[in-house]
Amino acid sequence: MINTIKYLLTGIAFGIIMFKSEAASWFRIVEMFQFDSFHMYGIIGSALAVGVIGIQLIKRNKVKSFSGEEIIIPPKAKGWKNYLFGGTIFGLGWGLAGACPGPIFTLIGAGFLPVIVVLASAIAGTFVYGMLRPKLPH
Amino acid sequence: MLEAILNPWPWYVSGPLIAAVMFFLILSGRNFGMSGNLRTLCAAIGGNKACDFFKFDWKAQRWNLVFSIGAIVGGYIAITFLSTDVSVDISENTIQWLQQYGFNDGGSAYLPEQLFSMEALSNPKSLILIAVGGFLVGFGSRFAGGCTSGHAISGLSDLQLPSLIAVIGFFAGGLLMVHFIYPLLFA
Repeated sequence: MINTIKYLLTGIAFGIIMFKSEAASWFRIVEMFQFDSFHMYGIIGSALAVGVIGIQLIKRNKVKSFSGEEIIIPPKAKGWKNYLFGGTIFGLGWGLAGACPGPIFTLIGAGFLPVIVVLASAIAGTFVYGMLRPKLPH
Repeated sequence: MLEAILNPWPWYVSGPLIAAVMFFLILSGRNFGMSGNLRTLCAAIGGNKACDFFKFDWKAQRWNLVFSIGAIVGGYIAITFLSTDVSVDISENTIQWLQQYGFNDGGSAYLPEQLFSMEALSNPKSLILIAVGGFLVGFGSRFAGGCTSGHAISGLSDLQLPSLIAVIGFFAGGLLMVHFIYPLLFA
């Protein structure tokens, strides 16, 4: 129960950040791909600057989790095909729908109900991937 | 202070806050990745009967579903209580570039009316475009093993080469869409 509340509150914080940063705005995504503003690059870049330093600190100091366990950040599987092909397909969708999975949830909450179509089709896309997976290059 | 909260948040506040969310999840023994929820939802609605990819203990991912419910609630709170004007102040260049494709609300809205208003839902073309966009997001993120949160933020923060390849793909796809496919779709 406590955990549920914890993740709910973290999710609420995340949703507020996505909306208020305008990372959930289709216009910001198009502007990013037009290289017309530093805004989105600043968001991703500053998140990464803090992220890289923090993860190094966690690893070097062997920081324990809140519950005292060892923190394991599993490395991604090796390879390149699925990352490059899948990434490009994702990018095509990101450029068209103007929303990645996080903002999809946030926009629905903000009352942009047509985004429910985007969520439903993203679930469908995930399902089709699952079905085709054995035939795809990885 | 109140003014600063009600206005759009600058990148140098938003970016570190996103990293803070990631750290909170890592320190909770979890990981930051939104597209994983799409797979969990597939499994939860019966996909585990359709193929092996959805046969996993999806209930172990319940915390992430709760997190995404939070992301929905956060969107509601942000637009209802934490915003006065939601128009997004994009650059003049982008505003003008969009006008040639019939998007006339650049700079004065959060999302383009042409694609995301209730009226747009009854326009077959708009409906198909956002559905195709969503489909590619879902298919591509699972094929790549993650989306912006899992690869561009978490994976790159951990200096993972696969995430760098995925992020290069994200941008290749986005640039291709906006520069070469928009002219075909919206001309």
